[in-house]
Amino acid sequence: MSGERRDGRIVIVGASLAGLRAAETLREEGFGGTLTLVGDEPRPPYDRPPLSKQVLLGRVRAQDVGLPGRRDVDARWRLGVAAVGLDPIGKQVLLADGERLPFDRLLIATGTRARPWPNPEEAALDGVMTLRTADDAARLAERLDAGPRRVLVIGAGFTGSEIASACRERGFEVTVAERGPSPLVGALGGALGALAATVQRAHGVDLRCGVTVTSLRGRDGRLIGAEFSDGSRIEADIAVVALGAVRNTEWLADAGLAAGPRGVACDAGCRAFNMYGIVTDDVFVAGDVARFPHPLFEYQILALEHWGNAVAQAEVAAHNMVSPGPCRRPHLTVPAFWSSQFGLNIKSVGVPTFSDQVVVAQGSLRERRLVAVYGYRGRVTAAVGVNRAKWLGYYQGLIETAAPFPPRPGAADPPASGVPVPSDVPSPQTLSHGPTVALTGHVPDRRLTLVRHD
Amino acid sequence: MQIVVDLNRCQSYAQCAFLAPQVFELHGEEALMYTPAVPDDQGERVRRAAAACPVQAILVGERAGARVR
Repeated sequence: MSGERRDGRIVIVGASLAGLRAAETLREEGFGGTLTLVGDEPRPPYDRPPLSKQVLLGRVRAQDVGLPGRRDVDARWRLGVAAVGLDPIGKQVLLADGERLPFDRLLIATGTRARPWPNPEEAALDGVMTLRTADDAARLAERLDAGPRRVLVIGAGFTGSEIASACRERGFEVTVAERGPSPLVGALGGALGALAATVQRAHGVDLRCGVTVTSLRGRDGRLIGAEFSDGSRIEADIAVVALGAVRNTEWLADAGLAAGPRGVACDAGCRAFNMYGIVTDDVFVAGDVARFPHPLFEYQILALEHWGNAVAQAEVAAHNMVSPGPCRRPHLTVPAFWSSQFGLNIKSVGVPTFSDQVVVAQGSLRERRLVAVYGYRGRVTAAVGVNRAKWLGYYQGLIETAAPFPPRPGAADPPASGVPVPSDVPSPQTLSHGPTVALTGHVPDRRLTLVRHD
Repeated sequence: MQIVVDLNRCQSYAQCAFLAPQVFELHGEEALMYTPAVPDDQGERVRRAAAACPVQAILVGERAGARVR
């Protein structure tokens, strides 16, 4: 390995899961220069998945979800201060407190934030909340401890559904409003979306699909209820806005990078593209904020809001930051995520939205124990297990080898029918919540501005 | 001591739930729930659970960034 890439100054902007794992990998691979981690939250890195599960159930305190380190990173930590700009020519990151951090190589891992309720006055009502950070979770958990009369969850993606599940488990009345035809349909398609709707209702959720929340009503600054597009209204003292995530790219507006609402575009080796589509060699991207081409999915540019992707992409980015060209690796990890809600363990490998058909390959929807396999133009592209975690490794192998779809029947737990049906993945535009997996190859809402002279 | 479980990797063998039931438990049939901040008196059990995990999904360590400078 060349000496120069092991030395110098590396700045990582974003001190969450991806930023931490990248820092550790840099040191693991022999980086001996100075390392600075910048994070806008005052807390050291913590784990977000428990926030919508253990924390809301009252089993774990929000301040106790810190991530364990794999090793000492010998870094300077600048926590509680956001990066507000990037000078790509002077190679400096500008911080909100005025400090300038010079770098030789930069890793962008600024992730996402919760999409706020669009009406600022209603969003400011006491009782209207989002869930993304540990502070958010602490506030919501405190409200739940006080025993709300009814919780309204706006948006039935994974986060919204997990919140609803925790609330029902604690015995609170819950209304879930989703613009799409069913919960989880944006990530898992029609068949499993219908199952999710059945399960939510069986657990006592007042689930309202095909409606939007037209207003949140308040009195004396406190939330008292909501009105829906079908004319109905409810009373509620908590409304959790679970409309998906916004990528933290505003600070890069003048950096000349291919950065925008859909994330920061990078190559398979995590190197950022500039606004002309030319790859940089000193700016890298990892985690929720990255969008990258994936060969298993026809080089579609993917943006994945997944825990596992943050770890895997951070490791590849860090490796490539300290390795000369021929030793660099592509980020090829098969996307995977999990969710637990309403007593079900849902696990996914591949990209279910990258599909035209789906088949229940093992088990059945009726038993609520199954593996659904997704195909696109005759090959396997994804599998989702419901209370069938042990089988997913097998299907991951099928995805990696582009095995034919529908797959041959497994030895165990054969399905009743086994006939593929349309996977019925709706356009994200018809849903309340943003997609956690975004196929972002075509960006019709953005136009490239070629010349920018200030 | 702090832990995190890679739940993509976890296949719900539940060895951890037998070895350190105060820290790990199955929620429903196979969803693992755990306590990220391990109580002091559970450290040894958690280390054993991490070692016994058939898919090696449990990371045990000190809290990252705790000694921020």
